[in-house]
Amino acid sequence: MILLRVLGFSLLLTLFFTLVANLLPQVEGDAPKATKVDLSSLTPEKYAAIGDTIFHGKGTCTLCHNERGRAPNIAVLNLADETKKALADANYQGNATDIESYIHESMLKPSAYVVPGFGKKGAPNVSPMPTISKPPIALSAIEINAVIAYLQAKDGNDITVPLPSADAAPAVADNSGGSGDAPAIAATAEEALNKYGCTACHTILDSEADTGPNLKKVGPTLSEEFIRKSIIYPNADITKGYEADIMPDDFAEQMNVKELEMIVKFIRAGGKK
Amino acid sequence: MMKSRELPAGEINKMIRVSSISGPSSSTAKGRDIRFAGSRFGWHKLPWKKLSLHVGLVAILMLAIPLFVAISEPGSTPVLASSDWSGVTQAVAAEAVTPAATTNTAAGDAASKELIPAPQPEAKDYPNIGVSSRSVVWIVAQLHLYFGAFVLAVPIFVLLIEWIGVKTGDSRYEAMAHEFMKISATAYAITSLLGGTLAFALFLLYPDFMGYMMRVFGSQTLVYAALFFSESIVVYLYYYSWDALRYGNAKWAHLTLGLLVNVVGLTLMVMSNAWATFMMAPSGVNEVGAVTGNIWQILKGPLWNALNLHRFIANIAFGGAVVGAYAAYRFLSSKTPEEKAHYDWMGYTANFIAILSFLPLPFAGYYLMAEVYAYSQTMGITAMGGILAWLFIVQAVLIGAILLAGNYYLWSGMSRTEGSERYQGYIKYIAFVLVTSFLVWITPHTLILSPAEIRLLGGANHHILGVFGIMPAKNIAVNLMLIFTFLSFQLFRRADKVAVVSWERAGNALMVTIYAVAVFNVVFAGVYYGYFTNTLYKVGSSVMQVASTLTVIISGIILDTYLYKGARILPSHWGKVTNRSQYALFALPVAFTWLMALMGYVRSSVRTHWHVNNIMRDNSPDNFIPAIGYAGNMMTIVTILFIAMVLFVFWVSTLSEKKQLPPESSGQEVGQ
Repeated sequence: MILLRVLGFSLLLTLFFTLVANLLPQVEGDAPKATKVDLSSLTPEKYAAIGDTIFHGKGTCTLCHNERGRAPNIAVLNLADETKKALADANYQGNATDIESYIHESMLKPSAYVVPGFGKKGAPNVSPMPTISKPPIALSAIEINAVIAYLQAKDGNDITVPLPSADAAPAVADNSGGSGDAPAIAATAEEALNKYGCTACHTILDSEADTGPNLKKVGPTLSEEFIRKSIIYPNADITKGYEADIMPDDFAEQMNVKELEMIVKFIRAGGKK
Repeated sequence: MMKSRELPAGEINKMIRVSSISGPSSSTAKGRDIRFAGSRFGWHKLPWKKLSLHVGLVAILMLAIPLFVAISEPGSTPVLASSDWSGVTQAVAAEAVTPAATTNTAAGDAASKELIPAPQPEAKDYPNIGVSSRSVVWIVAQLHLYFGAFVLAVPIFVLLIEWIGVKTGDSRYEAMAHEFMKISATAYAITSLLGGTLAFALFLLYPDFMGYMMRVFGSQTLVYAALFFSESIVVYLYYYSWDALRYGNAKWAHLTLGLLVNVVGLTLMVMSNAWATFMMAPSGVNEVGAVTGNIWQILKGPLWNALNLHRFIANIAFGGAVVGAYAAYRFLSSKTPEEKAHYDWMGYTANFIAILSFLPLPFAGYYLMAEVYAYSQTMGITAMGGILAWLFIVQAVLIGAILLAGNYYLWSGMSRTEGSERYQGYIKYIAFVLVTSFLVWITPHTLILSPAEIRLLGGANHHILGVFGIMPAKNIAVNLMLIFTFLSFQLFRRADKVAVVSWERAGNALMVTIYAVAVFNVVFAGVYYGYFTNTLYKVGSSVMQVASTLTVIISGIILDTYLYKGARILPSHWGKVTNRSQYALFALPVAFTWLMALMGYVRSSVRTHWHVNNIMRDNSPDNFIPAIGYAGNMMTIVTILFIAMVLFVFWVSTLSEKKQLPPESSGQEVGQ
């Protein structure tokens, strides 16, 4: 009888723990799968889209390159400007001459130039970034070029990396998480505002929505820096009368730098060009 | 009514008889015979202290020599020339296997030999037995780990208890240590069987991986086998010679045997830990897995020491919890007050061991995770901030359950002591802090919600509860739970004592001040640095919190040692404790078992799709991280199997105490 009671008690407790485990979100972590790419129809835009997938997936770049400050937040930086700054810096130790070679160098020799404030603790000129051609990330040369193509395209810069040759038949990371299309960059501020759904909550353009602050009204009273910060970190400052956590906080990842700047300037100008 | 915790001599003798007759060859009469025989042969005249010291040193040297040979022999891991590893591309990048990669004394030798990379099997190379290979290995490996942890941990505190028995002259300790060892010795055979089954399962289901591991660890595996053989010998010698080497100098020989059990056992543990840490953070091999270092470089990976420390402490806590369950089981089955008294005391001691070892465990875990982050930030983030992060909610539930059960047992146990009413008023406040902290700890940071739910909630994070979802709140909660658990423990220890030292008031005032400052530190560091400064300080503040908690524990133990020196002991009534409290002693091993499965799963899963991290990829059909629900179900299966096997061990242990009476009706003697 005691044995049964003890067993029953232990079983109930164990089942309680099992229940907790089963109530939590159920997500599986798939191993990256190799995917064949049809190189005969590959365009620079599709190549950049593959780079987008690698950047946000297999490359694990966003683990550190995000808004949390572990590494420069690439999503909100225009790498053309960053390249200029880096190459002009006296601490620059590499051999890059343009955006493509600078990004390439940054991935293969991360310590050639360390953006101020992002070095290792106690060794500011040593980058904590792993060499991405080596394990654990171990991107192939074709995958590295795809990432460069994406980083050029996201800022609206020209894609300069060569497309892989038709005989290479590269295996790249599973693209199930990516859009499969090249990032279509908005040409104007109005297009960008519509593209990212700003009009759904804010009064701007033809919209009269009041979920978020009236951008036509408050825009001219704010600095560009404040508007930029409010888009990237929407919960940093909440306007009185509005709630936090309503606005998506991933615009820094969604927008490219040119789009962000167009929107910032447009709002600052009170909704006028 | 007994006047003190010291039981009357008659009862003690009864208790000793109850426990000592339980050993397969240790009847009291036989024990006496052996002692007389010893006297006849003049054993007591031999210089046992010196002899046992010599025997111990010789035995340690015997073990150390093969280990040293294996470690120091350059390139002692033979690099096999065979090239029949399926799926291996022999055309490895030349630069990856150049002699330049070798950085040790074996460089010349290794360079002259062929450096063979790790095999890269494809999906078709994994044998298919019709069920998930990973699940089979998962169950067998986890069961082996449970029993391994148990049989390695128990002799540690058995030796300590036996030594306390010798120093205090209290034979209750002797009896208890012997009984603990009986359970461990019974479980030892199951451990071996499970180890053999695990090896067969691994070689059958993962032949390429095991081939690679054999190639890397080479002759070290034979040293392991030799040590295992030695452990078997010394464990059984230690257990079966208990009554034969019981008094005088012979006792020191017995203690030396116990020390030997632990030396060999710990060596076994750290050697097998190296296999696990090599899979997580390989060392002594180059980028493609070719062996370039000697066995010491392979063993001493970046995570080895951290895992050794964590497992050492955790094993003791686990072992304590399991023997606590044994005591509870025997308490509930006891028919006489003497038996109840004995098993009540045994359960108390086991709980003492489990909780005291458990208190520093989070800090050892913190050290392990810090080493994981130092080795690979990606690996650390995968564990703590990636797909495995949700498991830490389950961890919080389990640790909460352990602390609540441990505290409940202590509070219940106070009722058996007449002086406990002085402290019982504090229990409700301790319970409030524990439950509140537990609720904060299990509050998740973010929830996966539909847009409608987000709107209802007012955001992805609740405007009040969201504050409790982040690490600073968890750190405050965990540290407060540990501090207040120690307070329960301290009150329990003080319950039957009245200090007689002149500085009692000052001592108590100092203790209260230490508690107050520590609680203030924990809360202030958590709130101020956690919410009002940047991340850098947030991480640093946790060190201040940990230091505060450890200060309370260490200073509390030291202070009470002196404060209650020569204290007046109030009466305690062992055995007068509720049956309900004994279920807390079952809750501990159940939660511990589940927790070990959970954390082992996290530790193993951070390798994601690699057999050996970044060197040998897992291309089997099971190379994905399963959902938490699936993993939880696996953990439950393993836990239930373990509980069933442990209850079997308990039952087998008690079987030796039973004796069939001769048939009276037929009047025939047995055997006629």
